[in-house]
Amino acid sequence: MSALTTSLRAALLAGLAIATAPLAAQTYAITGAKLITGDGSAPIENGTIVIQNGKVVAAGSSVAVPAGAERIDAGGKYVTPGIFAGFSRVGLVEVDAVSGTNDTQANSSPFNASIDVAPAINPTDTAFSVSRAAGVTRAVVSPDAATSIFAGQGALVDLGEDFDAVTIPRAFQFAEMGERGAREAGGSRAAAHTLFRNALREARDFGNRANVRGGGAAQSEGQRLSDVSPDLRMLESNADRPQDVLLTRFDAAALVPVVQGQQRLLVHVESANDILRTLDLKKEFPNLRLVLVGASEGWRVADRIAASGVPVIASALNDLPASFEQLAATQSNIGRMRDAGVKVAIGMIDDNDAHQLRYASQYAGNLVGLQKVPGATGLTWDEAFAAISGDVADIMGVGDRYGHLRVGAAGDVVLWSGDPLELSSTPERVWIDGVEQSLDNRQARLRERYRTPQEGVLPKAYER
Amino acid sequence: MKSTTGIAAALLIALGGCANTGGSTASASSKADKQPTALAAGEAPFASTYRAYPSTPTVVRNVVIYDGEGARIDNGSVVMSGGEILAVGDGNLAAPAGAIEIDGTGKFVTPGIIDVHSHLGVYPSPGVQAHSDGNEATDPTTPDVWAEHSVWPQDPGFSRAMANGGITSLQILPGSANLMGGRSVTLKNVYSRTVQGMKFPGAPYGFKMACGENPKRVYGGRGRKPSTRMGNFAVNRQTWADARAYRDNKDHKYDLGNETLSGVLDGKILVHNHCYRADEMAQVIDMAKEAGYNITAFHHAVESYKIGDLLRENDICSAIWADWWGFKMEAYDAIPENAAILQNAGACVIIHSDDENGIQRLNQEAAKALADGRRMGIQISDAQAIRWLTYNAAKALGIEDKTGSLKPGKMADVVLWNGDPLSVYSRPEKVWVDGALLYDADDPARRAVSDFELGQPGAGDVK
Repeated sequence: MSALTTSLRAALLAGLAIATAPLAAQTYAITGAKLITGDGSAPIENGTIVIQNGKVVAAGSSVAVPAGAERIDAGGKYVTPGIFAGFSRVGLVEVDAVSGTNDTQANSSPFNASIDVAPAINPTDTAFSVSRAAGVTRAVVSPDAATSIFAGQGALVDLGEDFDAVTIPRAFQFAEMGERGAREAGGSRAAAHTLFRNALREARDFGNRANVRGGGAAQSEGQRLSDVSPDLRMLESNADRPQDVLLTRFDAAALVPVVQGQQRLLVHVESANDILRTLDLKKEFPNLRLVLVGASEGWRVADRIAASGVPVIASALNDLPASFEQLAATQSNIGRMRDAGVKVAIGMIDDNDAHQLRYASQYAGNLVGLQKVPGATGLTWDEAFAAISGDVADIMGVGDRYGHLRVGAAGDVVLWSGDPLELSSTPERVWIDGVEQSLDNRQARLRERYRTPQEGVLPKAYER
Repeated sequence: MKSTTGIAAALLIALGGCANTGGSTASASSKADKQPTALAAGEAPFASTYRAYPSTPTVVRNVVIYDGEGARIDNGSVVMSGGEILAVGDGNLAAPAGAIEIDGTGKFVTPGIIDVHSHLGVYPSPGVQAHSDGNEATDPTTPDVWAEHSVWPQDPGFSRAMANGGITSLQILPGSANLMGGRSVTLKNVYSRTVQGMKFPGAPYGFKMACGENPKRVYGGRGRKPSTRMGNFAVNRQTWADARAYRDNKDHKYDLGNETLSGVLDGKILVHNHCYRADEMAQVIDMAKEAGYNITAFHHAVESYKIGDLLRENDICSAIWADWWGFKMEAYDAIPENAAILQNAGACVIIHSDDENGIQRLNQEAAKALADGRRMGIQISDAQAIRWLTYNAAKALGIEDKTGSLKPGKMADVVLWNGDPLSVYSRPEKVWVDGALLYDADDPARRAVSDFELGQPGAGDVK
């Protein structure tokens, strides 16, 4: 299809978005699609997907199109779940080096584990619109550690063009347990582990006396996922606590759902040894719902990660000994872990993680290309796309609702111009929660203004 | 203390040299009689000792060729012999005696990829403080420092750049903390025990300058000049005025920094200027006219698309990323169509990395920039996009007569890709430097392992 038509549609959509409220969810039926469901299964040729009331109501090869649906003929093009960015800081920063716009970390805050990024996530950040235009529809958003191994509580977001970005606040706690954790803990890995144990013991003790809503008993998965309620002591004024505590009341309360296993704990570690020592924490705190992040040397202990059942959100292309904890980094890491039985998705920790979520498809494509390199271990195309969609959702515990094109899941759908992992491809249409999205952003506006650099009858400032 | 001073003096004498710009090029200064040097006339300080490794005549046939200068040959042949390109063409070129024949069916050949902006060696992996040798951030102008004295030739990054990126030549620049960061060095991407053993023979020196946020932040943060953009220009202009006086007036003490600046004024050292904003580039162009030097390339140049006409008229290349943006204020207006709009305006485009990971995928960066251009209706050929990281890069380094395209007589710096290099699914299969096979995906023995990695976990692994 011509670029002109595509940009025309984008321009029209942009105009609509400005003229009216975001388009209401309506019924769409995309037919004739090369349908990718996001679970690693083979593409469904000539597939149809129906989106109604914001959700997928049908997806497959023999699907009836409901009456009244807006019918879109994909003409054999790829239709996929939106990309789910596996680890990011999108919405927390507009310009990294402009501190007033950068909410990724808090160097002078008295709090750590209790920091909740949800209110800081700004869906009007340019990175939202830029990432959305690249087919990213959901993201894991994490705070960055600053004064403790505990960075705080991250959220799951959608990248829709509205003010309601947060899908699930307090979806996880994030902690640093490698070189960075050692630094934040006061200078050694031993101190990081000591800090961790002390903090979780304080939280456990706090939790045992807790009046957390629903009590300390294990909750169902559904309850856990919808929203981890704050400990009520974060809402009241009673400050009574035993002596000899290091955590603030807020931080201790925030770690209660972690130690009780109601909230996932994402832990950033890179080296094989740090990975194993982190897995060991489950022996002491059996309810922990660990997820490893980074894990550049995961392949060296892949069998033990697999045996632990702990999933991994890994960096895709780290292949340099960037630090002494990444000496064995290789692009084969994800493929080897997967082959060993580890559940693994692609994330972008400390790697353009606020602005370049659009690299996810390029990274996944590189892992497909790796299959052709003798001695290397890559991913099949189907596995690679799952690693940036369904696998992320599964690991974050929301696979029934996001990341997959399956009945009941959110209508996060992308119609691509070509192979979504190929560098020449781009989304032609994007839906989030069943609402078609504008693909416009300020980069596109600058492009149009400077299509020809010379000034015309008026200064450039008048062209818009 | 006294002996330390003596050593320093001796070093200075050795450094003085004849101010040769690196190899075969002429002296950067006409005041040979004033230079404190122990070297013989015409002898370069820290001269390249690089020698091509042994090679076997090789022919790649039935392959798609991007020649680096914008041409594509389908079903072509490339013949290498004696370390040089012997012939490139379609059909059945004659093979030299004893030549290895490679069937390139389904594969692609390009010239060796060239990165004009790398900090490998000066900011190597692992990125520990002890290795932080890229910015002499003690003075806003340090034209006296040479990047080659910071390069650690055991940086594991060199091997990844070759294996994944097909990089055969690269310019190592000082960082951008200073307005004038010092001399760059152009290297062959071939491991050596010494930096001299990597130096590209006959390559002219480059000179790193930086405008904008970095210098004013670094020095303004210390209560020093410059703390503003106008301070940046003031310091630069005075330094250039002093350099002109130095060059034109022989009555002065030998000065290492002014020798480099004289080399720039004489056109023998090429200026590579880190600069993001369009308005600032326009100011720098005028500053260069005032001082009397040429700017070879603006690096990073995320706003070049706003002034493509100006850059074309002044014959200045833009060395750019495909799509980096938003990491600082002066990178806020970056757009992924930068390269295409520049190309469309007739200006010179180079895709660079400035990154130990990005250097492994310059071909992919070009592919993205190409696709973004086509989507806005700017038709650029695949072969032209390859030129952005080969011939154009070589030209900006002053080595286009030696490498950067597949022309008979040039160095046999060649990459055989296992598919279209503009596809995300393709990787180098073989890389030759001066005809020597230095990477072969099918042969673990042709995979470099730096001293640092030897004996470490993962040494020799496919990376």
